[in-house]
Amino acid sequence: MKRIVSWLVLAILGLAMLAIPAFLTFGVPAYSDMDLYFLNYGQLQAAANNIVTSVVFDYRGFDTLGESVVLFTAVIGVGLLFRKLHGGEELEDE
Amino acid sequence: MGVKNLRMSKIVRISANLLYTFVIIFGLYVILHGHLTPGGGFQGGAVVATGVALILVAFSYEDILAMLKKVTYTVQESAGLLLFIGTALLAMGLGVTFFYNYLANSGLLFGMSVPFGPNSGNLDTAGVIPIMNIAVGIEVWGGLALIVFYMLSGIARERV
Repeated sequence: MKRIVSWLVLAILGLAMLAIPAFLTFGVPAYSDMDLYFLNYGQLQAAANNIVTSVVFDYRGFDTLGESVVLFTAVIGVGLLFRKLHGGEELEDE
Repeated sequence: MGVKNLRMSKIVRISANLLYTFVIIFGLYVILHGHLTPGGGFQGGAVVATGVALILVAFSYEDILAMLKKVTYTVQESAGLLLFIGTALLAMGLGVTFFYNYLANSGLLFGMSVPFGPNSGNLDTAGVIPIMNIAVGIEVWGGLALIVFYMLSGIARERV
């Protein structure tokens, strides 16, 4: 029973994945006002030739702050996962 | 013999020693030219961390402990994130919004302006974007190297 249900869920998800291209038109964004703005004013306002970088670090800088904090948290998680499990409270060995 | 003394062959070690410099130089190039060419802080930091991972793979754990220190990467990661947040917060200190590009077109550090349209790039442009690229590059370098280092020390401690 459990196996049938899991296969059914997988089949529905796969069909949904296959149905996505039928309903969505790729290459035609719903709102294209902002990208034209970036292309027209990015070099003047942010003074950077690389528009992608000026979006990532200037216009959408707050998102990048979140990304950096995510990486920081990931490193903390790995450090906790691989900490010394025996031998007192010494976390940093050698 | 144990995992602690396990190292790869002499060919791999010499090649890693040679390639380490070039990988790090290429990563720093990607970081510093983030506002002109494809790439940036995250990508360049990942490239530099690959160089560190090359050293970690080629040499034995005891050799690595004599060459690299975990504290370096911990400090580096925290310093990168603090520089990033500090650069963004300085905008609020100057009276403009958070993450405002206060150095662009100002004539100060990285303050040259750019003509509209295709042009041969100038490294001295883009305001705070190169500073943030460098900050994120330092952070990603330290962070990814630290992840590989933690995993290696976990393995070396487990098997001895």
